[in-house]
Amino acid sequence: MTATDLPAPTEPRFEGRRGRWVGASIPRHEDPRLLTGRGRFVDDITLPGMLHAGFVRATVAHAHVTAIDLTATRVVDGVVAAYDARDLALGDIVALLDRPAEEFTPTAMPILAKDKVRFVGEPLAIVIARDPYAVEDGIEAAVVSYDVLDAVVDEETALRGSALVHDEAAGNVLLDVSMFDTPGVDEAFADADVTVEVTTRSGRQNALPLETRGVVASWDARDDQLLVQTCTQVPHQVRTLVARCLDVPERTVRVTVPDMGGGFGQKCVVGREEVAVAAVAQRLHRPVKWIEDRREALTAGFLAREQTYRTRAAFDADGHITALDVDVVCDMGAYSCYPFTAGIEPLMASAEMPSVYRVPAYRVRGRALTSNKAPTAPYRGVSRPQYVMAIERVMERAARELGLDAVEVRRRNVITEFPYTGVNAVTYDPGTYQESLDLAEATIRDEGWYALRDAGERHLGIGFCCFSERTGYGSEAFAKRKMTVVPGFDLSEIRMDTTGAVVVTSGTMNHGQSHETTFAQIVADRLGIDVARVKLRQGDTERIAYGWGTFASRSVTIGGSAVSLASERLGELLCRIAAHLLETRPDNVALDGDGGVVQLDDPSRRLSYEEIADVAYLRSHLLPKDVEPTLSATASFDVPGDGTFSNATHAVVVEADPGTGAVRILRYVCVEDCGVVIHPKVVDGQCRGGIAQGIAGALFEEVTYDGHGEPSAASFIDYLVPTATEIPDVSISHLETPCAFTENGAKGAGEGGTIGAPAAVLNAVNDALRHTGVELDTTPIHPRVVADALERP
Amino acid sequence: MNDPHLLTLTVNGTEEEVVVEPRRTLADVLRHDLRLTGTHVGCEHGVCGACTVLMDDAPVRACLVFAVQAEGADVRTVESLDTDGALSDLQQAFADHHSLQCGFCTPGFLMLAEGVLAESPDADREEIREGLSANLCRCTGYQTIVDAVHATACARRSQEVPS
Repeated sequence: MTATDLPAPTEPRFEGRRGRWVGASIPRHEDPRLLTGRGRFVDDITLPGMLHAGFVRATVAHAHVTAIDLTATRVVDGVVAAYDARDLALGDIVALLDRPAEEFTPTAMPILAKDKVRFVGEPLAIVIARDPYAVEDGIEAAVVSYDVLDAVVDEETALRGSALVHDEAAGNVLLDVSMFDTPGVDEAFADADVTVEVTTRSGRQNALPLETRGVVASWDARDDQLLVQTCTQVPHQVRTLVARCLDVPERTVRVTVPDMGGGFGQKCVVGREEVAVAAVAQRLHRPVKWIEDRREALTAGFLAREQTYRTRAAFDADGHITALDVDVVCDMGAYSCYPFTAGIEPLMASAEMPSVYRVPAYRVRGRALTSNKAPTAPYRGVSRPQYVMAIERVMERAARELGLDAVEVRRRNVITEFPYTGVNAVTYDPGTYQESLDLAEATIRDEGWYALRDAGERHLGIGFCCFSERTGYGSEAFAKRKMTVVPGFDLSEIRMDTTGAVVVTSGTMNHGQSHETTFAQIVADRLGIDVARVKLRQGDTERIAYGWGTFASRSVTIGGSAVSLASERLGELLCRIAAHLLETRPDNVALDGDGGVVQLDDPSRRLSYEEIADVAYLRSHLLPKDVEPTLSATASFDVPGDGTFSNATHAVVVEADPGTGAVRILRYVCVEDCGVVIHPKVVDGQCRGGIAQGIAGALFEEVTYDGHGEPSAASFIDYLVPTATEIPDVSISHLETPCAFTENGAKGAGEGGTIGAPAAVLNAVNDALRHTGVELDTTPIHPRVVADALERP
Repeated sequence: MNDPHLLTLTVNGTEEEVVVEPRRTLADVLRHDLRLTGTHVGCEHGVCGACTVLMDDAPVRACLVFAVQAEGADVRTVESLDTDGALSDLQQAFADHHSLQCGFCTPGFLMLAEGVLAESPDADREEIREGLSANLCRCTGYQTIVDAVHATACARRSQEVPS
């Protein structure tokens, strides 16, 4: 199946584990400050003369705004200023795809809504006061008049098109792309022994970082610069957009990121509030802080996930899939997010829908709809939890129709030979698709779960999900989406000081993933120094020319490779200087793995890094003529071609309660392969945390709206976040297929858990209901639906 | 009713005087008046527990307590746990078990766990899990938090002097 006309992975880079740090679960560098309350999160920042901001937000989902009256607001005790869109006159946020008009409709997201509001919670005005309590008083005093329009709240009302969220988007369609219609689809369905049709739906969810969004902006007259301290996964994108919306040179904006209380994708797009607060700080020449409250976060923050997949699949009698035909509809909410656009979900689903299976013929149409709901951002996993759920339901349904075991059907279809170029023109690098499936199944079988289920005394179900995840999205892969802003590369600079200690930068942005530890492990091994001598600096646009931040599990694959390359170059520089000082040939020295450079033909001759640094900085007249003073190096890295794929199989045992319909997870097994594991506990933590969020989507969390577009879950009373008693312990097994074209052999591990859990749980619940004739294809799975099914005769 | 009150609070063993509006929460006074920013605020409606502190040894949501209600009580925050940067047994257990990722919920979980362990020193792993279900964590999936608190409970029990 390997096509010869598509690019193969480039020459192997991975040369095996080096040194002693990578692969060890060392103490995290982040922990001491976070455990003692000495972290610095954005709301911990207080500046002299700082004011506080809040937003007057729309109370209706869809309306023309006839008047915004801030007169009463401005005289509230403690209120300093209040501005609407006309006062601030800022540029809009516009995210574009380079696609024809029939495929993509450009729309603009104003920083503050002006003539029209498009969702409940949309910001209309910003109120500035001396403390957050007075801000609330000021917001309360604002009067907004509306001419209410019909709300677009679901696929049906959207496609009917009688009410338009954006006048320019007919039928409320922002993107309509038929990415593939390969030869043989109709023939395969005509010849099929079995055709299955499955419509899967996933509810709207909130990524829900426990720290809400927030920003402190201040004007620095000396630096002639606006300092924007914000909890973002993408500091350079915030800088670029703030400069564009304020129409100022990008030099005059500096974005720094303090400790972050999670993001999960919600903070990988630029928020209009970040721009508004920056604009007000510049205008007032005073520091301004905005901290999103939980109600805002639940109703007006970026949401995710609401998608429908209408999937048809053809199978032969042996259970081999012969064609796949999918219609993907994603409810993206009121606006396109920057920089990804509303196309991100349907385009990713269309590109990767065949998942881990050999699909010979493929047709797909992907649409992004706009609606009168809060806009969406690419939440952990992006569309993969949904398309994986769709195709995993297809496998289960086909097995049922063919009278085969569902794991066996997967086994007959799963990709086993690599590199594999699929019908979707994506080349998959080696992984352990079948091995992970086999091990997960064997674990469940050996533990006796099948026997317990088949004893039939309880409503037990066993479910599987087999999937892969593209983790190294380089610029080539993103460019295929035709974004006009193309993420991909990342940069690193490394400096060694006169004591031999190292500071390394990365354009990625840690928000819980432990970069300060794992990147230090990589650098320490490359340079042969103690990991305690390495400090990672991230989240300061002044320290690094550009970066793409952290999303799409890209940090260790791309950022980790960049710091590796920079470290290697610094090592080469140390060797050149040492060879000169030792008066020997450059090829007669090497890093000794213990903080020095050794002469190969006479190991008694050695220079420590401190000795070399002493020359590089303080006695530069001793340097070789062709070496510049100081010890520093820079590197960039981009993943070539189609990138790299992590993979996993999840296996779940559930028990359904016939009285309450509650689903209890009795066993959760994850067999994953993310290539070389830099820090085993960190990878386990990413898996477990991801799985918890996937379970949340499968069983609990949903943002619902009424027919007027009013969100029904504005607090944690109604938005059901699972706690320690709902999330089970998870067993994790690691398989290791080193990535051939990242510097450390690592693939990303950030999203996999979230991708696999919804399908695995849904399949398990269906297995528990198998005797009822009911099949569920929608998440979250409501207890009422389960109870109703179990009550059927 | 928004007239400022002069208030004396005992926080981490130190008497502090603050002038506050009656509507000002204990969380805001700790964080913004006393600059003890280790206590975090995640929901302001008493569900997530990121702001959990101990009031007279019992865990409370600092976002649901007005500062004026804490007058006369002994308030303890996360800043009281370490000794000049040396981690307590519970903090060290969190580090050992990778019980935190972003660290935002961590201070609340530490103070909740101290409350749970004080009230139920003999708690088994499932009882600890039940107690910890009062707070939300979005990163870890809870398993390693339960592990750390359970390990601390076991270690504290084994160190008890038999009476």
